[in-house]
Amino acid sequence: MIKLALIDWALLALYFAFVLGIGWWLKRHVRTSEDFFLSGRSMPAWVAGLAFMSANLGAQEVIGMAASGAKYGMATSHFYWVGAIPAMVFLAIFMMPFYYGSKARSVPEYLRMRFDEKTRGFNAISFAVMTVMSSGISMYAMGLLLNLLLGWDFNVSMWICAGIVLAYILLGGLTSAIYNEVLQFFLIVFGFLPLVLLGLRDIGGWSGLRSGLARVATDQGYASGAWSDSWQYLGSTTANPMGVEWFGLVMGLGFVLSFGYWCTDFLIIQRAMAAESMQAARRTPLVATVPKMLFPFLVIVPGMIAIALVHSGHGNFALPAKADGSLNYDLVIPVMLGRYFPNGLLGLGLTALIASFMSGMAGNVTAFNTVWTNDIYRPYIRPNASDSALLWMGRAATVVGVLLSLVAAYLAAAFNNIMDVLQLVFAFINAPLFATFLLGMFWRRANGHGAFTGLLAGTVVAAVHHGLTLPAHAVAGVKGGWLETMHIYPSEMAQNFWTAIFAFSGCFAVTVLVSLLFAAPERGTLRGLVYSETPHAAEESGSRWTRTTTLGLMALGAAVVLNLIFW
Amino acid sequence: MNLDIRWPMGILFVLFGVLIGGYGALSDATPIGGLNVNLLWGCVLGAFGLAMLWLARRGARQE
Repeated sequence: MIKLALIDWALLALYFAFVLGIGWWLKRHVRTSEDFFLSGRSMPAWVAGLAFMSANLGAQEVIGMAASGAKYGMATSHFYWVGAIPAMVFLAIFMMPFYYGSKARSVPEYLRMRFDEKTRGFNAISFAVMTVMSSGISMYAMGLLLNLLLGWDFNVSMWICAGIVLAYILLGGLTSAIYNEVLQFFLIVFGFLPLVLLGLRDIGGWSGLRSGLARVATDQGYASGAWSDSWQYLGSTTANPMGVEWFGLVMGLGFVLSFGYWCTDFLIIQRAMAAESMQAARRTPLVATVPKMLFPFLVIVPGMIAIALVHSGHGNFALPAKADGSLNYDLVIPVMLGRYFPNGLLGLGLTALIASFMSGMAGNVTAFNTVWTNDIYRPYIRPNASDSALLWMGRAATVVGVLLSLVAAYLAAAFNNIMDVLQLVFAFINAPLFATFLLGMFWRRANGHGAFTGLLAGTVVAAVHHGLTLPAHAVAGVKGGWLETMHIYPSEMAQNFWTAIFAFSGCFAVTVLVSLLFAAPERGTLRGLVYSETPHAAEESGSRWTRTTTLGLMALGAAVVLNLIFW
Repeated sequence: MNLDIRWPMGILFVLFGVLIGGYGALSDATPIGGLNVNLLWGCVLGAFGLAMLWLARRGARQE
């Protein structure tokens, strides 16, 4: 267990004071529901972009990516350079004009404008439940970690953090959440960079790390580069620790999962919708690509250093084992913090971790209150609500959202399996979404009946595929094979990628078929919602070098270069 | 935008820098691997905070 000194407490307290202070300061500027739900559409691109990046950077991501770095090595970078950058560039160039230009307040609202009420309802309700659940899981993980690491009481730490999140969202709405995400972004950077630097110094620099990882790989029966190269061993599923091959990786992760998440998840799109202009909204994901590209060095490398240290026996570095005897990779970050950080820096690292748990919760709660108020309350419960009633409802939904998150956290604590099952169900619902948006934005013939049945079909296909397949060494049940085991995948990750590929294809095919059976949408109604029906106003002002397309291509080029360097 | 985030962020990082750097300079704890990491990193944090404040002031002047 780590012992905190007065200085560490002081840093943490200072952070809490600032967070609440920012909320208090912003309070006087929240007058309309648009201020509360969309920051009055006033965010400059760099703020929205960092929040966009940061909303996805929950503490689970930081801890999970370090764990993957230890488990799979450099290939974890695929989650960034393949599984994020191309989708973010696509969002900026092709999709943002419709999200921002349609003046929709949320992603489900776009679905109503483009398709119909039932498609929106399906998306809004599943999304609302999912946000509350993931915010609960984030709180639960935080309570557990603080308890393990510092001996803090699970309940007390969870309720205090939830209380602070509640206070600052009630005060400043989405603006509070976004500002805290930006703050958290820099805290993570400055809180974890010394960890990487000190770790690398300890292990003998990059070359020391590479030779350490060679040993990790050969110890486990792989070729010596399997932990330090990202593409080299993707030819066959048995040559790399992830158990995936390049096609499943590129199609499953790089296309379906990544585009499905980055281009349709309202939690992150909301940050771009809050931007001050169309140009700022399109630049939001592009601004985010820069840190996103560099983050592997911050979050994956600590895991690689840790596993190299474990295998070299250098300085008696050890990772705690789980009940079944395997290493507990989730503790990489906490163990490294305890090893390398003296009191002082420790407070900073801890503040960064707590900040990212809290902003993970805040991101979910702000997305929840918007979708609830805008896409469930307004259309189905009180169609003629005034703006002040919507603002009031937004605040009430914030309180309810935080309370429901706490309930979800306790559910997660009590029945681990229920949460696994729920997460699985939502994975099925999400998997086909990108097909719906792709067809919606680029094929004007797609209609509401097609979109809705396509979504349902894609969800069913995902569930059936999961029910018929199983990862190697797993028991039929929550991991798959609950119908019958027809195919065994080399790893859970490979199974996930292929579930996504099947769901996308099923949704795509059914949407097209059913759309063709019913009448095409009236032409006049699709302006601003579909590519071919929207006049392409002369691209943004400014020189050719600062246009969205040029900047996007530059980001893609940089990602290609990174892939080549670490090939 | 009604509050430039660079102001609070700049102040917070300057305070973090002063607290961590000051603690590193004053405490007699053994430095890790021969480096007084608190002092060093405190300076980095402080410099970042000052840069943010400078940018915020420049932004306010332009408006």
